[in-house]
Amino acid sequence: MERDKNFILGVYDDEDVLLDAISKVRGSGVKIHEVYSPFPVHGIDDVLGYKRSKLPIAAFLFGMLGTTLALTMQFYMMKFDWPMIIGGKDHAAVPDFIPVTFELTVLLAAFGMVGVFMIASNLKPWGQPRIFDIRITDDKHVMAIDLAVNSSMAENQLTDVLKNSGASEVNFKSFE
Amino acid sequence: MGHSTTNYNLDQKFDFTAGLKKTIFTILIIGAVILTAGILTAALGGGHGDAHAEGGHAFHWYQRLYANLWINNVYFTGIAVIGVFFFAIQYAAQAGWSASLLRIFLSFGYWLPFAGIIMIVSYAILGHDIFHWTHKELFDVNSPEYDKIIDGKGAFFFWPLEKGTFPAFFIIRMVVFFAAWVLFFNKLRKLSYQEDLNPGNQTWFQIRKWSALFLVFFAVSSSVSAWDWVMSIDTHWFSTMFGWYVFASWFVAGLSAMTLVTVFLKERGYLEMVNENHIHDLGKFVFAFSIFWTYIWFSQFLLIYYANIPEESVYFIERLQSDVYSPFIFVNLALNFFLPFLVLMTRDAKRHGIFLKLICSLIIIGHWFDFFLMVQPGTLGHNGGFGLMEIGMLLVFGSLVTYVVLNNLSKRNLIAKNHPMLEESYHHHI
Repeated sequence: MERDKNFILGVYDDEDVLLDAISKVRGSGVKIHEVYSPFPVHGIDDVLGYKRSKLPIAAFLFGMLGTTLALTMQFYMMKFDWPMIIGGKDHAAVPDFIPVTFELTVLLAAFGMVGVFMIASNLKPWGQPRIFDIRITDDKHVMAIDLAVNSSMAENQLTDVLKNSGASEVNFKSFE
Repeated sequence: MGHSTTNYNLDQKFDFTAGLKKTIFTILIIGAVILTAGILTAALGGGHGDAHAEGGHAFHWYQRLYANLWINNVYFTGIAVIGVFFFAIQYAAQAGWSASLLRIFLSFGYWLPFAGIIMIVSYAILGHDIFHWTHKELFDVNSPEYDKIIDGKGAFFFWPLEKGTFPAFFIIRMVVFFAAWVLFFNKLRKLSYQEDLNPGNQTWFQIRKWSALFLVFFAVSSSVSAWDWVMSIDTHWFSTMFGWYVFASWFVAGLSAMTLVTVFLKERGYLEMVNENHIHDLGKFVFAFSIFWTYIWFSQFLLIYYANIPEESVYFIERLQSDVYSPFIFVNLALNFFLPFLVLMTRDAKRHGIFLKLICSLIIIGHWFDFFLMVQPGTLGHNGGFGLMEIGMLLVFGSLVTYVVLNNLSKRNLIAKNHPMLEESYHHHI
C-alpha cells in the first residue's frame, strides 16, 4: 500500500473530545497523519506532539535579506550611481537610510513568511490541496490516519480505536 | 484539565528575610562608600579652577553631585510611577493574564512618596545649579545676560509671579503631579487590598474606574514632567517628542524592574501560579518597548539631523562631539536596543529567567545612561562624566528603591486572591 493515498478518518463534533481523543489514539500506538479543524484549537500542537514551527527562522532570514538589499540599494544609488548632495549631508548619509531599510526589512520578512507558509502548507498556486471532508470548514473536526503508515494495525482495529476515542463517525478516503 | 487556582495557597506572602535585607544593606553601604570616595576625589581634586563653565559661573564639584541626585531621582520616580501605570493599564484593558502579577506592579508605587519628597527638597537645594532658567539676570532686559528666548519661555516656570523670582508654576506642577500620583496610588492600593476581603466583581469595577482616571491624568502629567524636570535643563532647546521619549525610557526600565522582581520571586519558590507563559508575556513587553524606545529616540534624532537647524541640532552636537559623552551615545543604543533586540528575539529567551535577568539588569543600567545623557551635558558640560560618584549614587538609589518595594511587597498577599480573572491568569497559555 502506498503512502499518502488511503486514509481512515475519525470525525469529531467537539474540540474537547478531540483533544482527549488525540491523546488516546496516539497512546494506542497509532500515528496520526493530520487533524483538520474549522477553527484554531488551543493546545492541539502539544497533544499532537508537534515540534515548534520553523517559520520564525524563515522570517528572520528574509528580514536580513531585506536589510541587506535595502542598504545595498541605497548605497549604490546615493554613493555610486547618481551621487547627490541633499541637505549638505554626505552622499552616504546612513541615518537617512534607516527608514527605508526598516520598511524593506519588514516587507521582505512579511512576504517571505507568507510565501514560506503557503508553500509549506501546500497552499501554493500550483498545489492541489486535498480535501478530506468538506465539513472541516463548517462544524466538524477530522483526524486523518494514513493506512500505509499504520499497516501494522488492521482497518477494523483502527476503526475501533477511533470509535472508542469518541469519534461520531469513521470514514474512509482515498486519493488518486 | 481539572486544575484550578484553588490548588494553590493564595494567601502566600513574600518573606523579606534578614539575609535579603542584609544583601540590600550591603549594596547600600558599598554605594555610599563609592559615592563618598567620588565626592572626596572631586572636592579635593581641584574642581574649582574651571571658570568658563555654564552661564559664566565657575564650576564647583558639588554640581556633579547635584546632577547625579537629579538623574537618579527622576529615573527612579519614573520606575515607581510606571508600576502604578502598568497596574492601571491591566484594569483599563481588562487584562486577565496578569491577574497573578498585579501586586508586584503595584508595589513599585510605594517609592512615589519618597521620590516626591526627595524631588521637592532637592529642587530647593540644587535648582539654581541644575536649571539655567532660574538665573534672574536672564529676564532683565537691561542686563548683558538678558536672553530673549528664555524670557519668552519664562511664564511657563514663573507664572503668576514675576519672571526670575520664585518659579511658582513649576513648583505647583511638581507638587500637584506627585500629590495626584500618590493619591491615585493609595486609592488603587486600598481598593486592591479591600478586594482580598470581599469576593465578587464590585471592587474590580471600582479599580477599573480609578485606573482609567489615573491613566488620563498620567498621559498629561508624564509628558509635562518630562519637559519640567529634564527638557528645561537645556532651556533653549526643545523637542516635541520629548515627553514620549522620557515616558518610553521610564516604561522600559519599569517593565524590566517588574520582570526582574517576578523572576526573582519565582526563583525563590513564590508565585506558583506564575509559569513561563506569564514570564514570556513580560519578556515580550520588554522586547517590544525596547524597540518602541529606539523608535522614539531615532525619530527625534533623524528629524533633527535631517533638518539641521542650529537651534535644534545643538542638542546632539553637544553630545556627539563631546569627548565625555559621545561614547555613551553608543553605550545607550547598544544596551537599550541592540542587546534586547537580538537576545530577546527568540521565544526561548523570553521564557527563561536567566536571559531575562541578564537583559533586564542591563536595560535598567542602559536607561540610567539614557537619563545621564539627558541631564549631564546641559548641567555639567565637559566637567561631567561617568565615575565613582555616578556608580555610587546609582547603587544608593537602587538599593533604597529595592528595599522600599520589597519591604512593602512582603506586607500583603502576593496574589490578589479575589481577582475575578485569577482563574484565567492561571490557565494563561501562549
